[in-house]
Amino acid sequence: MTKKSSFLQKLIVAPYMVWAAAFIIVPMFFVAYYAFTDRNGNFSLSGFIATKNYIPLFIQSIWYGLLATVICLLLAYPIAFIISRAKPTTQKVLLMLVMIPMWMNLLIRTYAWMTILQDTGIINHILKLLGFGPVHMINTPGAVILGLVYNFFPYMVLPIYTVLLKLDGTLIEAAQDLGSGTTRVFTKVILPLSLPGIVSGITMVFVPSVSSFYIANKLGGISLIGDRIEELIRTNINLGAALSLVLMVLILVSISVMNKFTDEDGGILV
Amino acid sequence: MQNKLVSLQNIRVKFDDDEILKGINLDIYDKEFVTLLGPSGCGKTTTLRIIGGFVTPDSGKVIYGGAEINDVPPHKRPFNTVFQKYALFPHLNVYENIAFGLRIKKLPEKQIKAKVTEMLELVSLKGFAKRNVNSLSGGQQQRVAIARALAIDPKVLLLDEPLGALDLKLRKDMQIELKKIQQQAGITFLYVTHDQEEALSMSDKVVVMDNGIIQQIGTPQDIYNEPKNAFVADFIGESNILDAVMKEDYIASLSGYDFKCLDGGYAKNELVDAVIRPEDVDVVPAEKGMLAGVVTSVVFKGVYFEIIIDINGFKWMIQTTDYQPIGAMIGISIEPDAIHIMKKSVYSGVYGDYSSFSDEVDNPEVETSNEVNTNL
Repeated sequence: MTKKSSFLQKLIVAPYMVWAAAFIIVPMFFVAYYAFTDRNGNFSLSGFIATKNYIPLFIQSIWYGLLATVICLLLAYPIAFIISRAKPTTQKVLLMLVMIPMWMNLLIRTYAWMTILQDTGIINHILKLLGFGPVHMINTPGAVILGLVYNFFPYMVLPIYTVLLKLDGTLIEAAQDLGSGTTRVFTKVILPLSLPGIVSGITMVFVPSVSSFYIANKLGGISLIGDRIEELIRTNINLGAALSLVLMVLILVSISVMNKFTDEDGGILV
Repeated sequence: MQNKLVSLQNIRVKFDDDEILKGINLDIYDKEFVTLLGPSGCGKTTTLRIIGGFVTPDSGKVIYGGAEINDVPPHKRPFNTVFQKYALFPHLNVYENIAFGLRIKKLPEKQIKAKVTEMLELVSLKGFAKRNVNSLSGGQQQRVAIARALAIDPKVLLLDEPLGALDLKLRKDMQIELKKIQQQAGITFLYVTHDQEEALSMSDKVVVMDNGIIQQIGTPQDIYNEPKNAFVADFIGESNILDAVMKEDYIASLSGYDFKCLDGGYAKNELVDAVIRPEDVDVVPAEKGMLAGVVTSVVFKGVYFEIIIDINGFKWMIQTTDYQPIGAMIGISIEPDAIHIMKKSVYSGVYGDYSSFSDEVDNPEVETSNEVNTNL
């Protein structure tokens, strides 16, 4: 009986194993292979040595990613809180509004923002009608942050909303009962208990923000590390692969540092 | 009992169109152990939550210290609650849970430590300070919840079925412990339960509720011996509730026999309910009995036998130490002080006899619903 069920289990996980091998392990292997070889396929660390030229770009990308993540968090938390406290039917509508943009392709959404932010775009058109001069928005750092926040915002809202929804209402009553006013109910009970959602939200926004490409290019007219890697893959795949690997390590390190903080607060898994 | 601590005056509460409380009047005195007793949905928890400040009454007044506190939020009331599922903070350890209210008050660390240590000792959890609350057993979590609520010296401790989730043995131990804690801490306890045994063994004052109305307020003895109506008689312990006629003062006729009793002041031939507790009925030979009937069921209960006996079509429950075989014809004899006469009420005739009795003594809710309409 046990043997049969274990065979069944294997059968059930088999498709995933194949999928993981084909789309995670094999590509990773190729990235590593190209990172450690040169144009002729010989072992070489030249790609990693050249990485030092990209340090400012790494810093800039991480800075943009951090900024976008913080803004996402500050916007998403109150919204997630409001949704989680709304009536069930209202909750569905609000969640839908948060998620609808995710149904559209990222490239299309970014193009839409381009037309909105352009010097001759909708916003400037309206400003002109109201008698204000054109405000230059496209190709500014602000536009890049806007693009990042806009695109990854749902990934911050959803995990926080999920945690807040599961929060036991009697814990809030208990805190009130023990003398906490609204502020302290929030800081001493709700916030610490929603930390797991915040952490996974931060991870889900920070990682794609740092490694994003296209958004900065189209809205900011600049290349972040993701854009640069995308360009390099076409011209110098070995350097591109080395940069990818370094970026991945940087992201893994920052995630594990963050998890360290929450682990102490009660073993939270992202 | 000395001074009045909390008063509820004509409290009414509606949730949607459901009237949960229909005019509750209750005074709670200092250092009293008061129990709100009743089946699920009787409004006892709502009453507790009104005092805690979690529910605002639609009308009526909550009075504390001579002033109305209807609009005072929970965190400004000197009452603390032990919640039904404890509601311990999962992100804090035992020490920090108990210290929670003290930290809100911004007491110095030294004072907090002293108080938490004192509380841990009071609830016999010395050495558990650093433990994660999720690693504790139900009984231990219960104690932490009590310690946490008591730590900030409430004027009234509100307990919402705090022992409901514990097993029977632990529940009995905790009953004794709670009573001890109440006496040691010297504060008022307002305790909500549907377990009549719990209510009788712990309380100074029992408030029996049903359907959003207080049915009776009294000491455990009052409630048991002098129930005001059929609901109270049925809910508190086992009871044979029969239709009776007051022939004159101190003479009640039931099942065709004129019993002597101690109740008077009723109109001549007034229809009343008579309550006779199963343990107050003496078994005698059939020919010597005031009434006689056939044994239809015998259950051994350890200390006594629980016998169901059919007398003129009404099934009585009798608790006796003498075994009687099924089918035996036996007589019963009842002392005057064992008969309690009650005015007819809306509950008269609702509870029937013991013909459908199925030994669900420990669960009053099930028992009540099973017995409804059996005597129609």
